[in-house]
This record gives sequence, C-alpha cells and structure tokens, in this order.
Amino acid sequence: MKHTLSPRRYLILLAVMLTASVGDTLLSHGMTQVGPVTMARLGMLLVALRNPWVITGILCLLGFFASYLTALSWADLTFVLPATAFGYVVVAFLAKYWQHETITVYRWAGILLIVCGVGFVANGPSLTEHKPQHATDDSAREGGAAGTGGTQ
Amino acid sequence: MIDAGHIYAGTLETWATILTVAATAVAGDVLTAGAMRRIGDLDLIRAKSGLGGAIRAVISSPMFLLGVLSMAVSFFSLLFTLSNVELSLAAPASASLTFMGNAFAAKIFLKENVNRRRWLAALFVCAGVFLLSK
Repeated sequence: MKHTLSPRRYLILLAVMLTASVGDTLLSHGMTQVGPVTMARLGMLLVALRNPWVITGILCLLGFFASYLTALSWADLTFVLPATAFGYVVVAFLAKYWQHETITVYRWAGILLIVCGVGFVANGPSLTEHKPQHATDDSAREGGAAGTGGTQ
Repeated sequence: MIDAGHIYAGTLETWATILTVAATAVAGDVLTAGAMRRIGDLDLIRAKSGLGGAIRAVISSPMFLLGVLSMAVSFFSLLFTLSNVELSLAAPASASLTFMGNAFAAKIFLKENVNRRRWLAALFVCAGVFLLSK
C-alpha cells in the first residue's frame, strides 16, 4: 500500500520546516547578544534563557516540536527529515528578499540540491509498511487509556 | 603569535562539540520517532480523545521522555557550540551529520525502508546544506 499525504498533512510538514528555520535564526541572534559561553561559565546558558530573542526562538521551536511529533506519528523519520531541510531554502530566500543579502552561486547550488533531495522523498511513500505486531496493540491500548480521561 | 597546539586543540574541541550536537540529536530523533510509532497516529487519537488525550498519550511514553532528554542535551550543546563556533560552520555541519546519522539509525533501529531514493535525498540534502554555508 502506498502512503500518500492529505493537503492538511502537507500543511503540518510546512509548519515543521518554517518554525524550525525561524526558531534557529532567532536563537542564533539571541546567542550573539548573550556572548560566549565557556566551560568555566556554563551559567551563561541560564542567562541566555532570559534573552527575548532566545525566548521567542524557543517558542518557535516548541511549535516545531508539536508539528514534528504529529508528522512522525504518520510518516517515517527519513521522510520527515528531508522536508525539514527545506527550511534552509526558506531562510535563504528570506535573507535575499527581506534582508537584501547576496546569495552566492554556491548557495543557489545548495538550494537546488536540497530541493532535489526533498523531491526524491516527497514522491515516495511516507510510511514503511511493517507486519502487524505488538506495536498495534500498544497504540490501541495507549490510545484507549488516553481516552478515559482525555476529553477536554 | 599563533600556537599550532592551540589551533589543533581548538579544532578538536570544535568538532567534538559539533559531533556531540549531532549524536544527541540523532538519539533524540530516533527515540521520539520510535515512541510516536508505538503510540500511533496522533490525528486519530486527538479525534477520539481530544488534545489532552493526545498529549497524555505522548508524555506517558518512557521512550519519548528519553528522546526529549537527548534533544535537551543536543539543544544545550548547540547553544554551547554557537557561542564558540561560527554559525556558518556549526549549523550546516551538525545538520548534515544529523541527516546522515538519522538515515543509518532509522534503518537499523526503526527498520525503516531507507531505499535508494531516501539515501539519495539524505546525500543531496547533506551536500546542499554544506554548500549553503559557502
């Protein structure tokens, strides 16, 4: 059976790639403000958690985590991960058209390779078929257990 | 004056921190993916038990919690690395290593069908991420 994705699931993959790239960019910006963290000053990592850019970056990454977990519940890890790499392409385009940065030939080549890589998996099945085993029982049991007190 | 010993130690420390980020990220990804596989389709669980039920199903999985712990270690390693190593090296290098590591780990531990198409995707993305840092 070939697993294909509904438009809603493609939207979740889009959320995975956007929140990851934006979150990383915000974290990077925040850490340049915090300054160097050395083995002797590991406490600076806690100071970093009070930086607004780092906090916003963490919130974005929480959004990433929620959409990432949802995607992993119906697709293979090796299907979801290349999709997240597409976020690098988004960042490159944001850098060019928003920050007016110059994109070198190397970067255009990198973008092309990532697009090709994502295209390879996007056309294939999203989930490996496994023979029925305990996993099915586990999921039914856990889903059922969650259902006993989880209606909110 | 630049000391060759310090340069070597610096390079070694740089790659050790990048490798730590990648290794813990792979462990986190594989553990959470394994946990999500055991739990089942979150869309179905949410439709049946609501958002609270879906969250409960996820956070009651020990494998998921172990994966989150690995991801937390990876996150703090990344913060540590970013404060010492240039973003243009640290981000693509750790991301590329994580992509390839995940392809191997998914095949070995998750028994995913990593066919030629997926290997090519991992290689293309890996090379593409490196070119982006140029």
